[in-house]
Amino acid sequence: MENSHTDEPKNQKKLPRWVIIAAFAVLLGFLTLMGWGLRNAQQGPVQVGQKVPAFELTTFDGEKIKTDDLIGKVIVVNFWASWCKPCEQEAAELEDAWRYYKDSGEVVFLGVDYVDTETEAMRYLEKFEITYPNGPDLRTAISQIFRISGVPETYIIDKNGKLASRKIGPFVTIGEITSMIDSALNQ
Amino acid sequence: MLPNLGYGSLVITLIVSIYAIVSAVIGERKNLYKYVESARLALLLTFPLLTLTVISIVILLVNQNYEVQYVYNVTSSTMPLYLKVTALWGGQAGSLVFWAWLMAAFGTAVTLRKWDRDLDLLPWVIIVSSVTLVFFLIMIIAFENPFIRFWTLPSGGELVAMFAPAGSQLIHPFDGRGLNPLLRHPGMIIHPPMLYLGFVSFVIPYAFGMAALITGRKDDRWIRLTRRWTLVAWMFLSIGLILGSRWAYDVLGWGGYWAWDPVENAAFMPWLSGTAFLHSVMIQEKRGLFKRWNMILVIFTYSLVIFGTFLTRSGVLSSVHAFAQSAIGPMFFIFIGLSFIISLAFLIKRWDELRSEGIMTSLLSRESLFLINNLLFIGILVVVFWGTVYPLISELFTGQKVTVGPPFYNSTTGPLFVGLLLLMGIAPLSAWGHSTWKTLGKALWIPAIGSLILLVVLLVSGVRSIGALIGLTVASLAAFVTIYEFWRGMKARHKRSGENYLVALWKLTVRNRRRYGGYVIHLSVVFMAIGIIGIELFQTETQGRIAPGESLSLAGYTVTFKNLAEFDVADGRNVARAVLSVSKNGKDLGELYPRRDFYYDSQQPMTIPGVRSTVEDDLYIILVNWEQISSMGATFKVFHNPLINWLWYGGFLLVVGSFIAAWPDPEKEIELVPSRILRKETGKLVSKP
Amino acid sequence: MNYKNKAFSRYKIRLIFFVLIFLLLMISFNNVIAQNDFPTDDQVNAIAKELYCPVCENIPLDVCPTQACAQWRALIKEKMTAGWTKDEIKQYFVEQYGDRVLAQPPARGLNWLVYIMPPVVFVGGIVVVYLNLKKIKKSSEKVIQDSNINNDKYLKEIEEALNVLNKKEDLS
Repeated sequence: MENSHTDEPKNQKKLPRWVIIAAFAVLLGFLTLMGWGLRNAQQGPVQVGQKVPAFELTTFDGEKIKTDDLIGKVIVVNFWASWCKPCEQEAAELEDAWRYYKDSGEVVFLGVDYVDTETEAMRYLEKFEITYPNGPDLRTAISQIFRISGVPETYIIDKNGKLASRKIGPFVTIGEITSMIDSALNQ
Repeated sequence: MLPNLGYGSLVITLIVSIYAIVSAVIGERKNLYKYVESARLALLLTFPLLTLTVISIVILLVNQNYEVQYVYNVTSSTMPLYLKVTALWGGQAGSLVFWAWLMAAFGTAVTLRKWDRDLDLLPWVIIVSSVTLVFFLIMIIAFENPFIRFWTLPSGGELVAMFAPAGSQLIHPFDGRGLNPLLRHPGMIIHPPMLYLGFVSFVIPYAFGMAALITGRKDDRWIRLTRRWTLVAWMFLSIGLILGSRWAYDVLGWGGYWAWDPVENAAFMPWLSGTAFLHSVMIQEKRGLFKRWNMILVIFTYSLVIFGTFLTRSGVLSSVHAFAQSAIGPMFFIFIGLSFIISLAFLIKRWDELRSEGIMTSLLSRESLFLINNLLFIGILVVVFWGTVYPLISELFTGQKVTVGPPFYNSTTGPLFVGLLLLMGIAPLSAWGHSTWKTLGKALWIPAIGSLILLVVLLVSGVRSIGALIGLTVASLAAFVTIYEFWRGMKARHKRSGENYLVALWKLTVRNRRRYGGYVIHLSVVFMAIGIIGIELFQTETQGRIAPGESLSLAGYTVTFKNLAEFDVADGRNVARAVLSVSKNGKDLGELYPRRDFYYDSQQPMTIPGVRSTVEDDLYIILVNWEQISSMGATFKVFHNPLINWLWYGGFLLVVGSFIAAWPDPEKEIELVPSRILRKETGKLVSKP
Repeated sequence: MNYKNKAFSRYKIRLIFFVLIFLLLMISFNNVIAQNDFPTDDQVNAIAKELYCPVCENIPLDVCPTQACAQWRALIKEKMTAGWTKDEIKQYFVEQYGDRVLAQPPARGLNWLVYIMPPVVFVGGIVVVYLNLKKIKKSSEKVIQDSNINNDKYLKEIEEALNVLNKKEDLS
């Protein structure tokens, strides 16, 4: 036993500086990560006035639509899914709105089908006679850009690629849709 | 004006606890006992004050005062009385109040003990507990006030506010939205309080640890003082986890008990570090080793408690169990950051002083085996932590969301758990200080033969799963060793004093509660291991659509569909209930009623399985789908879960063991030290040389 | 010879014809069976068990009760009927819905961290423990004699009692 006591101070060296720095670095790294995660969780969807990052939608017909090519037009991005009951409430109104603006050439409608199966999605599009371009949200990339919290959600992007307005939940009347689009057109 | 009363006492509690902090700091700085005593009395006040708040909320809930937003959100008139009362912790605001109330209760309990020998620790224990309490109170008052009410403004607008805006009228909604149906289960009624009890009582060992760290006391007083707290905290946390599993098994309707979901992991992580702590403190008590390590563990445990609460409530990680998002996230984040940094800073400051007094002397000694036990627990903790946090990292660096699911956890933690079971079989036989292969072998060979016999029996009876063979053999070794230990002690007592075996067993346990209580807990872990091995490795399932009269068969059982009925129940549910008759090898075993409840108030469906439980297995049937109009056919999913009940039996045994181990010994507690009277006379907190 | 040959070839053609018809029948018959029995719910669930749908977080697809997940299971069934293998189906889901549908992240790129980190930390832990245990070896020979002091008194009592007992049993 006496041996161990004399040995001890040698074994128990002072804590090296690099260990202290490393410990704090790991802690701060972890806190940064949590802080970032928290910011992400709290910030909600894309804010009005923010620039919307460019994305690409591959439609069910195989056509590729890039939002980069649509600068100068108002883009209406509607997130939906065939399993989503509230989406059905607004489907007809959205299609009517699209037909109303179709000929002006200033407005583009994009339907983004969130976590859905193609068979059911096609049936849905047929049922509501939807004619504007629709495509699956491949790898949930587009919904992650907008940070949607559910379906349906609709985002209207102005001619400069900034978010003009958004609607969480279904539209009730066609007037609601057209007034949002009109204000984006008049900006 | 119940809301005002409850809110008022919340605010007063906040002021009182801030006062406690200030007074304790002054007393500590100036070395004056009277300030610390004042702080202690202030902390004592927080409990009755918060009790008032809690009573106000409960009365509001029971009286259906829907003008209060919290009451509106978590109750509805169709809910039975007990659910209205327990809705106290059914929502974010209420559960925070409940947290704070428990914190005040424990703070009070701890300050009521005799402090004679440890007065220097007292101010810091008060400060740490009060700071935690203040943090929760600020969160409640500023962001999650359970007393805010609905008002109509003279202009016609509506708003929620604590106090009446000028000229406004209260709105009394006709009915509330009702508690989330998932939470309307007996398990869910006891599960959160147990978890909170476990979480909050871990604050006390941490407070003592920090007090020792700050004051620079090097002895193991803080560990001896908090030993029982730690054990009780650990027990509550364990009960909370087991009840949570039971709830998942009974209510979530997916045939399992544990999904490695982020929120489950959040509660599991402090349990892991707490269990490691529970073992490693014994080394410090007996041998004076691992002082730093114990500090690290207690800091880890507290941090993981706060971190777990943060994860559940901030929406950082998405999960089925998560609370709705709210503004408390950033606040929580700051608190976590500060407590982590301060703890680490003090730990580093005292690092050199906290060196071990003894030295490890043998590879096979109890302390080395405990060290390996800690390594395994921390290994599991790292895996769980990493799996929980990795999806965040992936999203941050690649923008890609990923799932880290059961296959990852099972394959990484499985071997570590087996290692722990093995240690549980060996360590109780090794001695403190030193053991050799010879001494260990002498004690181990009888239980080992038992396990080998079991292995042969398993092989002969056709078990071929390597995991099950290893797992069950190792688990049985732990069980045999534990029983053997009881047997040896009992026999020794019997021979020596002539007591009959039962009396000998009783006295043996009572005389050495901590040791034998621990053994009972070990046995309970073996039970749980058997249950887990059973369901994880031998679960079978089948699904099929059957018409009335047709049947499905699985694992010797035959399940025949009789009929299905859909009806409304008075408490606001629509129920679709199937009747199935069960038979095994031609023998009729009665009926099972899997059902689907649809709650009108929250528009949520719930799948309640029909379960037939026996010691050897569960037959677990879920109603998947049915024909709405004709009710001519229905789809059922049938699970056969062998041995699962052993998991719940283990849970009961764990509680028994914890009670044995934590039961106070009255004769040892009384220590007559006249120093307190002395200090009261001198008015000094610590008599410094 | 010629005639014989001709007769044989006629016979052969007829045979081939019948075999073909029989095969066609078999195939169509098989198809009928396939539509009824393949894939069974259990076969679908076997694949669904390993997939996670973003609509119900952390619940495997085979037991998730939402409409979206029911559709996913129908999709698996559709693909199985079309003859896709399990891996092809899983790959399809990954392409459609992202890596998060898999129960664990695919081992590539940054995801290697998931699998590397725990063993690395664990090995680090083993090293720390080893360093601690190495200290033992230096001093153990000297200390081993008198290290009993700290042992549990009660345990010692029992040990002693047992020793006495064993001796008695040996004698008798």
